[in-house]
Parts: sequence; C-alpha cells; structure tokens
Amino acid sequence: MVEPIYTADPASGFHSVRLDSLTAIYHRRSGVTHVVAEPVPEIIVSLAGKQLNVAQLCGDLIADPALVEGDETRRALQARLDELEEVGLVSLA
Amino acid sequence: MRDARILPWILAQPARTAMLDARGWTALLAIAQAERLLGSLAHRLIGINVPPSARRVLDGALLSAETGRTQALWEGEMARRAFAPLGCPVILLKGTAFVAAGLSAGLGRQIGDLDILVPRDRLDAVEAALLDAGWEWVKPDAYDDSYYRTHMHELPPLIHRDRDTMIDVHHTILPLTARITPDADAMIAAAVQLENGLFSLSPEDMLIHAVAHLFADGDLSGGLRNLWDMDRLIRDHGGTEGYWKRLHERSARHGMTRHLSRALRLCHHLFETPVDPYLAWEGRKGDVFYLGRLLARNGWGQEARKPLRLAFYIWSHWIRMPPLQLARHLWTKWRKNQAKA
Amino acid sequence: MRHQFSVKVGPVGFRVGSAWRAPVAALRHLYAQYPQPDGGITDFTVRLEPETMLRRWVRQSVAIEGDFMLPGAVPMALRHGLLAAEMGMNLQMAMGQRHFLLLHASSVERGGKVLIITGESGSGKSTLSALLGERGWRFMGDEFALIDPLTGLAHPFPRPISLKNEAIMVMADRVGAGRMGPLLADTPKGDIRHLIPSADALANMMVPGVPALILFPRFGHAAEVRTMGTSEVFVRLTQASTNYVALGERGFGALTRLVTQVPVRAIDYPDTESAIALVDQLWAELA
Repeated sequence: MVEPIYTADPASGFHSVRLDSLTAIYHRRSGVTHVVAEPVPEIIVSLAGKQLNVAQLCGDLIADPALVEGDETRRALQARLDELEEVGLVSLA
Repeated sequence: MRDARILPWILAQPARTAMLDARGWTALLAIAQAERLLGSLAHRLIGINVPPSARRVLDGALLSAETGRTQALWEGEMARRAFAPLGCPVILLKGTAFVAAGLSAGLGRQIGDLDILVPRDRLDAVEAALLDAGWEWVKPDAYDDSYYRTHMHELPPLIHRDRDTMIDVHHTILPLTARITPDADAMIAAAVQLENGLFSLSPEDMLIHAVAHLFADGDLSGGLRNLWDMDRLIRDHGGTEGYWKRLHERSARHGMTRHLSRALRLCHHLFETPVDPYLAWEGRKGDVFYLGRLLARNGWGQEARKPLRLAFYIWSHWIRMPPLQLARHLWTKWRKNQAKA
Repeated sequence: MRHQFSVKVGPVGFRVGSAWRAPVAALRHLYAQYPQPDGGITDFTVRLEPETMLRRWVRQSVAIEGDFMLPGAVPMALRHGLLAAEMGMNLQMAMGQRHFLLLHASSVERGGKVLIITGESGSGKSTLSALLGERGWRFMGDEFALIDPLTGLAHPFPRPISLKNEAIMVMADRVGAGRMGPLLADTPKGDIRHLIPSADALANMMVPGVPALILFPRFGHAAEVRTMGTSEVFVRLTQASTNYVALGERGFGALTRLVTQVPVRAIDYPDTESAIALVDQLWAELA
C-alpha cells in the first residue's frame, strides 16, 4: 500500500487566534472557521506548504524519539489527519 | 416603475446612472436584488460616481459576492478531491465555472448550488464517491426521487452534512423528456481544463448551455440573469478567431439553432450585445412576449404580469413532458400542495 | 404597492410596502420621531403581501416578502401586521447586512462604553435593555448589536423594543402610553407591545461606542456570576450571529477581537431588580 502523503495550504492560507486552550482558525480558501485543540494547530504549521508522510510528521511534532516510533502515536496522529482531511484543512498530496 | 427595463438599461451602459433620481435608484436596486443581479450591477458600477446610500448597498453586494466566490470555489475543490480516485473529470457548470475560469460573467455573480456535469456511465460511481465524502440526499420523497432519476438530467440534489451546501450532478443539460436532445458526450469530450484541476465546458458549449438553461429548462424565471451571463460570455469570447462559426456548428450539433437565434436577439435588445447578425436571424415572431416575460418585475421587486408568467410556466412544462405525463405530474404536485395546506 | 412607509434606523434605511393601510399607519405612529433614509434611497425593502389573491380580503393573512425571504414562513393575521413588518425588517438585516457583524443581543451605552447583553428570546435581554434605557443608560438596540469589523465599535440600531407579556406592564407603568405602540394580543409569541426608545436614544442613533462588557443572562435562577472560557464565548457568539459566515474573514477578525479584548460574564438572576444590581456591580468592576 502506498504511504499517504499529506499537505496543507501555506501559512498565508490561515488566520489563527489563540483563545484559551483552544485556537480559532480561519481557513481562507474555504471561508470556514474551525475551533481546535492541540495538536491541530501544530499539525497545520508542520504541513503548511510541505508534503510529509505520517512518520515524518510524527518526527516534526514530537520531541521524545521513543514516542515518535510508537504505534499508538502513529494511530492517534492518523486519526487526527483523517478528521482534518474530511474538513479540508489538510489534503492528500 | 412598472417593469424591469431599467436594469438592463443600466447594466448595458453604467454611466446612465447619472440620470437616476432617488426613486429610480431604489427601484433599480430592488429589481437587481430580485433578479439576483445586484452583485453584477455592483461590479459594473465600480468607479462610477453614485449617491452614498446607493454605494453602501452596492458595496454590501460586492462583499456578498466575494464570500460566495470563496464558497463556490471551495465546493468545486472538495468535489475534485472526492472524485480524484475515480479519474472522472469534474466539469463545472454555470456560476462556479465562470468564477473558476476568471470570466467576466463571474464578476459579482451570486452563486447558488454547485452544478457539475459527469458522463452518464459514471453516475453510480460519482454518487457513491459523493456519499462517501459526506454529501447526503436532500429529504427523499419517493415521487420526486423517481422523477429525477428517470426523467430529469441530474441526480436528485445532494447536500453536504457539515457544510450545508448543495451539489447538483448532471449527466446532460436538458431533461430527458424534452424533444431536444443535446449531445452530452460531445460536450464532455470538448471540456477545457482550468488552472485548479477542474474543468469547464468549451466557450461555445458554455453559451449553448446558457441558452438551453434559459429556454428549455425553465419558465424564464431568472431569465434576465441568464441573458446577462450570455452577454458577458460573448464579450469575453466573441473576438476569438472562428468563435461564431464554431458556435453555429455546436448549436446545430445540439439541436439548438432556433433557441440560440432567439437568445442572441434578446441579448442584443436588452444589453446591446454585439452578435453575429446571420446567427441571430431566425424566427423573430414572439420576441415581444419573451421580452415581456423577462421584464416582468416592478420597482418593489414584485413579480408582475402574472397571466404571462403563468402562460410561460405551463408552456415550459409542456415542452419538457409528453401531455399525459404533464397531467400526471401537475396532478401529483397539486395533491401534495393540498396535503401541505 | 398601495401603502408605503420608509424610515432610517441607525445606519440602515428601510422601506415597507403594504397591501393594507393598517400596518403602515401603525408603523408611522411608532416611528414618528425617526429620520428618513439618506437621500431617499433605502438599504432594504420589505413587502406585506396577501398570501393568496383571496386572502387580501377574506381571513386576511400577511405574507412577509422583500429583498430577502424565507420559504415556508407562516403568514400572519392582518391584526398582527405591525409585527409582520418588524419581523420583515429583522429578516432583511439578518440575511442581508454585510457592513456590520450582527449579534443577537441588546446593547446600552454609558460614558462612551457599551454593555452587550446576549440571549435568545425569553432570556430577558429586551426587558433589561429597556429598563436600563430608562435608568441613565442610552438604549442602543434590543434585537441586534452591530459591530463594525474595521473599528471594533458597537453601533446603535434602536428599533422600538419588542416587549412581551409581563414585561409590557412593567414598562408601560414607567413610561406612559405616549411611548407605547398598540397591543398585539395572542401573537405566536404571546402578547406584544412595542416601546418607543427615549428621545436621547433616537437623537444619538448615529453615535457608536466601545464594547466594554458582554453578559450572558439567565432569568429565573438565584443571583450568580460566572466567568466563561474565551473559546466557549466565541462559539456561542458565532451561533448568536446571523451573518458571521457571510462576513468571511472580517467576521472572524471582528469576533476574535471582541472575545479576546472584552470581559464576559454569565449571570443568573431571579428578577429584573437583581439583574440591574448585578449589571451595576460588574460594570464598576470590569468596564
């Protein structure tokens, strides 16, 4: 199976405002406002204008190398990516 | 103001607004709003000196059109993502196509649903892909559903469960029960790829589609806007080498020469559109009734000329359906309305 | 249209056309002190039409039409024609306003600063703003708060206040009959009477203010004040806005600026006197 590669609009495509523990993100291309928790803003920043697979994204986001390798981490991240893909914040490259 | 003629008069030559008084402005704005042309009017009046309160209304319409444009292009993009695994092109129709292709017809346009054209043999796959990507059927009603699938030229409408936006999937451009049958395969084969990976019809087919939409697909409601679209398309494409010749060929291919001719005359009459006189020649009789129906809107935005409207409404169904089916359709609709009341 | 009326409320001009005389006569009385639209050109058109040709004369029912219309809206009895006109104007604003972010809220001003009181029908925001308007605050509006996306200021939209049921008696006693509209009995929302804003409110209908406090009130509970999370406020205000989505990024900017810069409290109150006491207390503390 081909490893999925993800991408997001460049940073100029988003207007983000930190509210409290949640962040409001205006996605310029769609005109949709999303209110999201960690690690969604971080995922978008990592993918902005780039093309990464899940492993690379893990590496970007997580400091602890042991966690980066873990299956559970990968699965959790994949679940987030699936949700974000559904609302169009990230897409398959 | 008894009818809507002030609107095409101003759209054709925006500087004519200098002659308007407060009453004229108020009527113009209300008529434009009712005919869904306020955004287009606002675009025509950019840079023209208008009274401040009119400027406020027009600027509001430009803001609406801008938001509408963003939403329309996004819907197109989400459809493209849904169809990517199918290898099936997403051919945009109407407003979204104008905007995606950067055409004048897209400037200030108020866009409703996303309309797309797909090959008839891919309909099932397309339907499945859309349902998978979060679109749902709009309140299914057994009669309407079967009518759509069997007789209309599209799937029953779908609405996206999160975005609340509608998509209409067509496989040809006229209802199947009409006596005119355009060549959908030819339209699909001639589709033009746009920058964003979506497709539009070729310039000639785009105009033919607007003509079809004006006459055969409705009772002329929204007709002024349809003709304005045509005026804008002709201004964009009419100067291209061989355009009118290709237009004539395509209209013959799709069985639309008489309708094209009438549409060109109406455009020219309303908007001073430069049209090829040879193509615009056929069959003048009846133009005056069409103009009467197209301008049937008063200065308060109300529908005027009710008897003429009703005549066109019945006639438009007549040409779409065989008589027995028409009777059955109107009977069922009447029964449903009675049940609702 | 046979009978016509026009008015300017804050920055917005309306015209109302009616097939019947009575609603227009009622509008003229209610809006007697209001100005006319700038240059005679209106922002929005409302039409009161007979539901069908017959209903113009028999069991008259009024369909609300205009620049913006809601399909499937239930027509109203002619005796409630004034209410139909008010609802029609609300509908045009809700669906067509693009220059201001609209919040479903009342607002009052004091010392250049604005108190915004959000809430659905029944939360008491109309009655509260009406009372505050008679107690040294300037009334700015009871249905919509208008926020300018460019400046962040709150602009007045002081239409006559729609008082329902018990609230009618409370206010009628205070202000006298001259400032009350006709009684509209047995509407779908109960009895309604409109309160004409004070001369001060009308004289200053073009004067904006700086939002300084946002309240989410709840009527019929023991008095209590609670803080609210910024993201909760943000989400609730997008739900309380009819045109947030239509405004695009300007709406986003206006609303995030509002919720991150203006203090917000949820208040529970058992009666209007307690509410006013809470308002005074929180205003002194936070505004």
